[in-house]
Amino acid sequence: MDFIYTSEQDALRDSVRRFIEREYGWEERFRILRSDSGVASHHWAMFAELGWLGAGLSEEAGGFGGGAIENALIAEELGRALVTEPFVPHVIATQLLAAIGGETAADLIAPLIMGETIIVPALQEAAGRGDWHHVDMRADGDRLTGVKTLVEGAARADSFLMSARHGDEIGLYLVDANAAGIKRTDYRTLDNRRVADIALEGSEARLLISGAQALAAIDQAMEHGLIALCGEALGVMDAALWTTRDYLRVRKQFGTAIGNFQALQHRMADMLIEVEMTRSLLYAALGAMTAGDGQARASAIAALKVQASTGGLQVGAQAIQLHGGIGVTEELNISHHYRRLYAIARQFGDVDLYLARFARARDEGQ
Amino acid sequence: MTPYYSAEDTAFRAEVRAFIQANLPPDLARRGRYDYHPRREDQARWSKILAEKGWSVPHFPVAYGGTGWTGVQRFIFEEEMRRAYAPTMDRIGPELVAPVLYTFASEEQRQAYLPGIRTGDTFWAQGFSEPGSGSDLASLRTRAVRDGDDYIVTGQKTWTTEGHHADMIFMLVRTDMEAKPQAGISALIIDLKSPGITRRPIWTIDEGLTVNEFFFDEVRVPAANLVGQEGAGWSYAKFLLTNERTNSAEVPHTKRDIAQLRDISRIEQKNGKPLMEDPSFRARLARIEIDTMALETAVLRALTSGSHDGGSIASLVKIRGSELRQRVADLAAEALGDRGLAICLNPEGEHRLFEDGMPPPVPDHGIGIAAKAMFRRATTIYGGANEIQRTLIAKTVLEL
Repeated sequence: MDFIYTSEQDALRDSVRRFIEREYGWEERFRILRSDSGVASHHWAMFAELGWLGAGLSEEAGGFGGGAIENALIAEELGRALVTEPFVPHVIATQLLAAIGGETAADLIAPLIMGETIIVPALQEAAGRGDWHHVDMRADGDRLTGVKTLVEGAARADSFLMSARHGDEIGLYLVDANAAGIKRTDYRTLDNRRVADIALEGSEARLLISGAQALAAIDQAMEHGLIALCGEALGVMDAALWTTRDYLRVRKQFGTAIGNFQALQHRMADMLIEVEMTRSLLYAALGAMTAGDGQARASAIAALKVQASTGGLQVGAQAIQLHGGIGVTEELNISHHYRRLYAIARQFGDVDLYLARFARARDEGQ
Repeated sequence: MTPYYSAEDTAFRAEVRAFIQANLPPDLARRGRYDYHPRREDQARWSKILAEKGWSVPHFPVAYGGTGWTGVQRFIFEEEMRRAYAPTMDRIGPELVAPVLYTFASEEQRQAYLPGIRTGDTFWAQGFSEPGSGSDLASLRTRAVRDGDDYIVTGQKTWTTEGHHADMIFMLVRTDMEAKPQAGISALIIDLKSPGITRRPIWTIDEGLTVNEFFFDEVRVPAANLVGQEGAGWSYAKFLLTNERTNSAEVPHTKRDIAQLRDISRIEQKNGKPLMEDPSFRARLARIEIDTMALETAVLRALTSGSHDGGSIASLVKIRGSELRQRVADLAAEALGDRGLAICLNPEGEHRLFEDGMPPPVPDHGIGIAAKAMFRRATTIYGGANEIQRTLIAKTVLEL
């Protein structure tokens, strides 16, 4: 047992950090956010060139041999700088295709990790409140009808991976972004992600996999997605914590640095504990991905999501509070840390959902 | 990064589990299940059984009877002990005093004291806190004045855990009244049978006996009982307290408490169904289990990293660990419903404060639960109150 990153993993982390330093200054980020697409296609091309898009995918699946550890690490560093490129959806799409396997999936994965095509997952619907097991979209032969929500990166997507119900079974479908009968409604989330609701009305789709296999593939891909998402949360939390620490050292009131006040010191200590507990559960989940059975994975990942959500909100909110008025401004990164953590706490389902999932997994483990 | 147990670790766990199963006397396991304060004779019996196997003091250097296990193996061992309801072993001698002895004491002192700790024949107390010196430990006033080959010790110690079981006490005393508070402190070993020592029990919130007060009235102590250098006692105390904090995460004990709570919640009913099926209870239990899982991994991170700052990790896990011990005990008492309010003295125990003659209306699975919920209020205070730990974290980790 050890919790030490390999030198290859350290090098990968350095490569993300260098990108952030050179390409993702705070002003540059605002310029991208306020552009038409809200993302920077040349950055996505760089992600591909730097190898990040296949770093967390096994060689058998056509990737560069890594796994959940690599994805979490990239997401953590992207989180530190609040990068809005849709990396987590990319992880879900590639892992979903890898779980499906076969020639069709391999043909789709290759251009995906080269950044040549973009396929995004569209697995959730409003009634499920983030729980992707809730599927109302119907398949009538190879025609889909229904609405998927909060589809990140939809505007740039070439195609979507969608779940739909045919008869008693769930199927997983590939839908061309330009298929007839698709209506895309774009909007921005609180954390400046560009998302869309995708309504299909008898749109043509291609069935990739169905039944229990489809459900298992989706769950497996979502495990990878949740780990990457929580890795991102850890990066945001850590950045908020240390930014606040630096501020407490320089901000003076009553003739002294406010970091000398014990009330604030204790709150900072509690924030650090939340960060370290999140990091610990990330490691526990990474361990379960490698060495655990289904129950161990389910409980460790649910635990991680709960902690990243509540710990993230606590750290984000206290970072604002300790900054005072400046903490609620649009200008300062602290308000954006909170906005991202606020969204993560609800993304793919809220705390109640994951507490219930954790409890169920623990029952099954008895 | 391999954040999971290796095949060797898993085999080791099986070996430990099998040994405990074959060798733990049933009456010890039964009393362990109630989780009241263990009897000295139970602890000593189990120490002897483990000592024969060579497992009574795993963390000691091999030369003094340790096993040479890795930190992870020691954690697994502790987990299996708690899981089987083996008596919680005396902490003061083996875990707090002994590391100070084998790190700082003379070879004569090591030979004199470590074997008794290893076999469970000698029990120790630690004399740190005083009525006027709690969190501000360095202000302690019990003084030791040199008189020929002896020190004459006068003063008062309090919150002395297990003092009623102890043969010896590891004391912090002031040997220099002029020096700065920390620099005037020395560490002294005192035989509790020495003339001039009186003990007064302090009954706690659970009507149990855990802590004591000791009064020292011109107690004559051989100067040879000084540990290390005169005036260096504060650094030994800090070393000891760091060990205490790391241990006080108490993850194996909390995991056992959770298993016990799960059992209780399958027996107890709410609205005609097992409490375990109540959604709000399930969510609260899940949150405790999640926080315990996080803490467990934090402890394993500390145990496996060679160069980490032990002090800062120790403060961090002490805060979370002590809070979790309270939360799990509170939820267990709540799970018992009406019965969780009944006072229930240890049916097999010693030190019952008040014999009311009324048998408690508590089923077997509820014995000890409410008392535990009361006594656990102490966990966020002992070993350095959590507020002190937060200040330590702010200063040492966050550098505020």
